[in-house]
Amino acid sequence: MIGLTHYLTVAAIIFTIGIFGIFLNRKNVILIMMSIELMLLAVNINLVAFSSALHDLVGQVFALLILTVAAGEAAIGLAILVTYFRNRGSIAVEDINLMKG
Amino acid sequence: MVQAILFLPLLGALIAGLLGTNLLKNLGSDAEAYADHHASGDHHVHNDHHGHYDGPLWPMYLTTGLLCLGAIMSWVIFWGFLHEGHDTRIELLRWISSGSLNASWAIRLDALTAVMLVVVNTVSAVVHVYSLGYMSHDEHQPRFFAYLSLFTFAMLMLVTSDNLVQMFFGWEGVGLASYLLIGFWYTRESANAAAIKAFVVNRVGDFGFALGIFGVFMVYGSVEFQTIFDNAPSAVGKTIHFLGHDWDTLTTLCLLLFMGAMGKSAQFLLHTWLPDAMEGPTPVSALIHAATMVTAGVFLVARMSPLFELASAARDVVVIIGGTTAFFAATVGLVQNDIKRVIAYSTCSQLGYMFVAMGVGAYGAGIFHLVTHAFFKALLFLGAGSVIHAMSGEQDMRKMGALAPHIRLTWAMMLIGNFALTGVGIPGIGGFAGFYSKDAIIEAAYAAGTAPAMYAFGLLVVAAFCTSFYSWRLAFMTFNGKSNVDGETASHIHESSNLMLVPLYVLAFGAVFAGWYFEQYFIGHDEALFWGKALYRAPENEILHHMHEVPTLVKWSAFIAMISGLALAVLFYIKDTSIPKRLAAMHQPIYQFLLNKWYFDELYDFLFVRSAMWLGRFLWKTGDGQIIDGFGPDGVAASVAGVTVQVNRLQTGYVYHYAFAMLIGVAAIISWFSFGGAH
Repeated sequence: MIGLTHYLTVAAIIFTIGIFGIFLNRKNVILIMMSIELMLLAVNINLVAFSSALHDLVGQVFALLILTVAAGEAAIGLAILVTYFRNRGSIAVEDINLMKG
Repeated sequence: MVQAILFLPLLGALIAGLLGTNLLKNLGSDAEAYADHHASGDHHVHNDHHGHYDGPLWPMYLTTGLLCLGAIMSWVIFWGFLHEGHDTRIELLRWISSGSLNASWAIRLDALTAVMLVVVNTVSAVVHVYSLGYMSHDEHQPRFFAYLSLFTFAMLMLVTSDNLVQMFFGWEGVGLASYLLIGFWYTRESANAAAIKAFVVNRVGDFGFALGIFGVFMVYGSVEFQTIFDNAPSAVGKTIHFLGHDWDTLTTLCLLLFMGAMGKSAQFLLHTWLPDAMEGPTPVSALIHAATMVTAGVFLVARMSPLFELASAARDVVVIIGGTTAFFAATVGLVQNDIKRVIAYSTCSQLGYMFVAMGVGAYGAGIFHLVTHAFFKALLFLGAGSVIHAMSGEQDMRKMGALAPHIRLTWAMMLIGNFALTGVGIPGIGGFAGFYSKDAIIEAAYAAGTAPAMYAFGLLVVAAFCTSFYSWRLAFMTFNGKSNVDGETASHIHESSNLMLVPLYVLAFGAVFAGWYFEQYFIGHDEALFWGKALYRAPENEILHHMHEVPTLVKWSAFIAMISGLALAVLFYIKDTSIPKRLAAMHQPIYQFLLNKWYFDELYDFLFVRSAMWLGRFLWKTGDGQIIDGFGPDGVAASVAGVTVQVNRLQTGYVYHYAFAMLIGVAAIISWFSFGGAH
């Protein structure tokens, strides 16, 4: 029988993969965005799992809300990326260091 | 009339200095004019006689005219003192009034002042006239004459002062003028160095003088001469706490004052500046470094005679220093080759004579020698100037010789100067000026009879011998023998103009007759009447009577020394000119010792200059550089910069680094809340 613990474990694994994806990634910004998606999905799994285990629908409503926000975020993020690429000619993570003092 | 004497030179100095020079013009304009001025100065670095002056002549004639006027008036006043003079005090204005310190600006006119007025103004006027000729090619003449007049004013302030503070004003004023005039040719490095040296060495003496003034004020509560002299005996036997020890008050005060005198009068240990001061133009050497300023120390001791009379220990020191100086400077003078330096050491030596006279209590004799010395030493210096003028600026006697036929008048004047300096005369009959005054001092030293006085007596007789030798050596090397003049210079040798010769005649007149005429007033039977209260002698001080009763041999000792010095000089420099060289080669260590002025400059360089430089370098490099800057501003700044570099390295600008940092933070906070602080 697959219980709550399994869901949570899977969600934790996915979340960790997402985190490591962000700061071990040396390639380009799209990967960072994909990692963020992964983390959001991991959170969604948690929400849905708890919702089902606790018999509370709010969690699933919240998961839908997060999906919506994630879609918007992906759209805006990609738009920024496109503009950035136009301006700087690169979206490699190494090249994005304008915040350096 | 005295006021006029006092302020005419100042007036002349101000007008000539402010209006006659480019000073005011350059004040208004910009740095360009200044640069021009300097550039043109650089062109004539060694323009002793070859420069060119095309400015107005009135500043020179104005200052000279005013000075001559002053000289005539001071003779009138002096004449009054010779016949029924009476002391007066003229208050010009109240100067300082602060608490119990009161100092007026007043003129104290007594016999001593009158004598000094005559000496200062006469020599100054003569030197002014002489400079008209000597400096006629110099492009900075107005400045020169302004300085000369300024010096005269300061010197007159000094000799007419009514209190110690006013005297100190004049004292520093002449020091300043001396500095300016030694460094007159300011494009020469050596002249600047000599000027600074004179100023700094004088500071050492002035330090003592200032302490002495403070001490006098502390003990007597006043700086006015009259108050001090009236109360002088009240300090006898008292002690003063100074440097953690109790000292006899009067001895301490007198020694401190004497320290000032030592500096100004170039006495042994503080003499090193005087020979270097010869970097100045020759008229300056005659006026300041022979006749007037360097005698300020002698004047100070004479003026403070009521104090010195009560401090016999201090007077012993004066005698010892004076005797040592006379001997030391005379020995150094034996081997110098620069014509002006020989005379400079001679001056130093003669000042030693004066101090011996002061120390044994024969104040009149000291002042007498001061007066006669002013005449014949100024004569010698101006004569030397005339020689240098003829030689196109050459001062080395080894490059002269056989000049007598070319410049007969100068030669004659120098001979008179030599006769006066060496004291030519027959005891009991008469002679040149120096004969009266110098022999009087030697006799006084013997008559005093104390151990220091006998020490000084011995040295003075030896010094008289040396004086005679180096004076004639100078004369023979310059005017006789065979010519060592190089061809270029030889073609230019010419007698000086009348502007330069007339001053020589005036001084020569003084050098011949001053001793004979003034003897009775200064040290003879009219001396008590003449000096009045100006010079104080304790009732038991009978030196002037004793000095007429010394043994015949003592009376003749100076004469014998003079004759033997002359004979030796004739032998060395006329008969067989190879002797000096052989002698120098035979006694190389002694010769080098004398030639290097007893190694005083080297000693001082080692003791003071080097150690001061070391201390300065230490404080600069280690103290300031390493400690203060290292730990202070620079240290703080450096550590801030170091931290910043480290912090800066944290800030990579990569998004994922920030994200990682956030994660770590979040993880840490959560861990803390979960396991640590949550309870």
